[in-house]
Amino acid sequence: MAKILAVDDSASMRSMVAFTLRGAGHDVDEADNGQAALDTARGTKFDLVLADVNMPVMDGISMVREMRTMAGYSGVPILMLTTESNPEKKMEGKAAGATGWLVKPFDPDQLLATVARVLG
Amino acid sequence: MSKVDLAQFHKAFHEESLDGLDAMEQALLALDEGADDPELINVVFRAAHSIKGGAATFGFTDVAAFTHVAENLMDEVRSGRRPMEKAVVELLLRSGDTVRDMLALSMAGQPAATAESQALLAELSAMVSGGGAATPAAAKAAAPAESIEGWDIAFRPFDYLLKTGNDPARMFRELGALGPLRVECDAGKLPALADMDASSSYLGWTLHLDAGAKRAAVEGVFDWVDGDCDLTLTPRIAAPVAAAPVAAPAAPAAPRAVRDVATNSEASSVRVGIEKIDTLINLVGELVITQSMLSQFQDGVDASQLEMLRHGLAQLGRHTRELQESVMSIRMLPISTVFNRFPRLVRDLAQKLDKKVVLDLRGETTELDKTVLEKIGDPLVHLVRNAIDHGLEVPAKRLAAGKGDTGTLRMEAFHRGGSIVVEVADDGAGLNRDAIVAKAVQRGIIASGDGMSDDAVADLIFEAGFSTAAATTDLSGRGVGMDVVRRNVMDLGGTVGIRSTQGSGTTFTITLPLTLAIIDGLTAAVGEETYIVPLVSIVESVQVKPDAVRSVVGGGELFRFRDQWLPIVRLFDVFGCDGRRRAIDEGIVIVVEGEGTRIGLFVDELIGQQQAVVKSLEANYRRVVGISGATILADGSVALIADVTGLVRMQGRRKAA
Repeated sequence: MAKILAVDDSASMRSMVAFTLRGAGHDVDEADNGQAALDTARGTKFDLVLADVNMPVMDGISMVREMRTMAGYSGVPILMLTTESNPEKKMEGKAAGATGWLVKPFDPDQLLATVARVLG
Repeated sequence: MSKVDLAQFHKAFHEESLDGLDAMEQALLALDEGADDPELINVVFRAAHSIKGGAATFGFTDVAAFTHVAENLMDEVRSGRRPMEKAVVELLLRSGDTVRDMLALSMAGQPAATAESQALLAELSAMVSGGGAATPAAAKAAAPAESIEGWDIAFRPFDYLLKTGNDPARMFRELGALGPLRVECDAGKLPALADMDASSSYLGWTLHLDAGAKRAAVEGVFDWVDGDCDLTLTPRIAAPVAAAPVAAPAAPAAPRAVRDVATNSEASSVRVGIEKIDTLINLVGELVITQSMLSQFQDGVDASQLEMLRHGLAQLGRHTRELQESVMSIRMLPISTVFNRFPRLVRDLAQKLDKKVVLDLRGETTELDKTVLEKIGDPLVHLVRNAIDHGLEVPAKRLAAGKGDTGTLRMEAFHRGGSIVVEVADDGAGLNRDAIVAKAVQRGIIASGDGMSDDAVADLIFEAGFSTAAATTDLSGRGVGMDVVRRNVMDLGGTVGIRSTQGSGTTFTITLPLTLAIIDGLTAAVGEETYIVPLVSIVESVQVKPDAVRSVVGGGELFRFRDQWLPIVRLFDVFGCDGRRRAIDEGIVIVVEGEGTRIGLFVDELIGQQQAVVKSLEANYRRVVGISGATILADGSVALIADVTGLVRMQGRRKAA
């Protein structure tokens, strides 16, 4: 069981991710934008962060960049949930310090497989 | 593997998509008016982007395909490759409407792609540079079958790799899952311990995978670290065998989303602010405390405790009232949810009619009952259409009348007493008194307009079948008349009034009850029964002398009320109970008005005025003509609530028979 932070401004996507991961026994916190995610991550240490790219207030890329400078978050896996299958967006996320990505649309099985891949 | 039913998220997706579309429309309208704010463009982009992502995830492929192209268009604007010009705004506004329709179809379990949406999709695709419609990544050309028996992989991460959260151990694990793996480590670049940074990576590896895995599978292991390491993949090719012919892929069948229609319930929901819930929980907590305090009196009270009991009961009363208010407030939503659609409507209408109109929305945070909100939209749309179509003049006419060329349409909501008032006011030409009088005389509604006040004349437009449109435009003549507006508002327990000054404008005033769940009523006794008559319908209660009553052919009775003869409806007759009083001057006649018609309800006596919590009769028994619901009185007995409109209609039928 891992502690996972799900970040997405879409409530339906967020609940789908959270519901699926909780069903697999993980402990999931939610945030609806990058800034809220940073605030949450300051108080709690997460084993994995899943973040949407396009969000109001603070987007996912800025969030990763910021999070990598936070104590304890240097090597924590952060996956971008991106609908941009074009390489630029993935590279932008990587350049900011993201571990990898999961391209939307994904189904619960693909989500669990990717999470298992990161968590081992 | 997992058994997550995606249908459970459909409703949330639908609701947030509608919110996104609303935000998108508002942003587009602001951009259309010349606002220059990159965040507005982002809002539009994000709406299209989120809906596309959600639609694809939850299996609404038609919606996803459509929004994908809209998103591409917005991406061009966002990245500065295309100016946000009128044509783009126009197209995106229409796209928003179409997506709304497509979502509704999807939620109903129907295919969302319609001829209309396909046509608009073609327009969108044509606009997006290159004209490329949404084409999923082209199927990779089938690679010639390689006969690979293993892989030699040289892998040296750059020193920062670990900081990205990627762990070489994960890659070894994944390669190991593809087949037997041998690992050789190259520690040649390992620095002296003192110079070592624990979060840097110094090692390199040579990996031998002794299995004929596909190239894509091996590359997939390293996809996230592409560019963060030196990586060489060398296949070990076995002696070639006869290449298996690659079957040409058949044309893919049209994607068919599987939708669970059965779970798509029609029940509507309310999203409630968390602070409202917290208040509720607090109040319930206090109620529990009060209850436990009062429960100590259940075995009797002695005189010394009387003060405490009184205090407890007062507290109970206060908490109950607060709880009631707080629960009612859950059903309350800001009127902005209805007002939001008007900037778009006003813009489209003004454009169509070559008029200049500024919409002035006020009091958007005023809260109304959800049921009222849902039903007030149509009457408001009609009033707004009327105001722009008939009220506001074209610029030339305005200038000739000494006014600015731009007309103002004000929509305002505010509280007045226990009601909500919504006003729709224009500074147009006002009503044409002579035309209205002429029309009303022609229709036989009045004999002559002499001596009628302006307000009384204005009121005539609410009469059934009345229309003042000199010429039938595209906008008028297809909807409902003002009589329907009045009926809709009255069905909500409200009233609609009009003030008009020739040459300077017209104001419609809709007065609505705060909620439909509680009504203010007059309780009246009829024999052993108690009836409640809604206060909004009551004109006056009078005692009628026998000589003011006339019998008419067919068994009806009329009585003289001011200048009119009104029919008398004896409630004990209608509802079949025993009235104690038969003589007209022993009881009371309550003059009520429904759909513009007045009748007198004869009851034994008036008991008083009270708030009644409306309980549905239909849900508990069945529909009864003339009764709109029931309520529980303080003594626990049931009182029926008179449906004034129903009674008026009933009386009308009797007269006609």
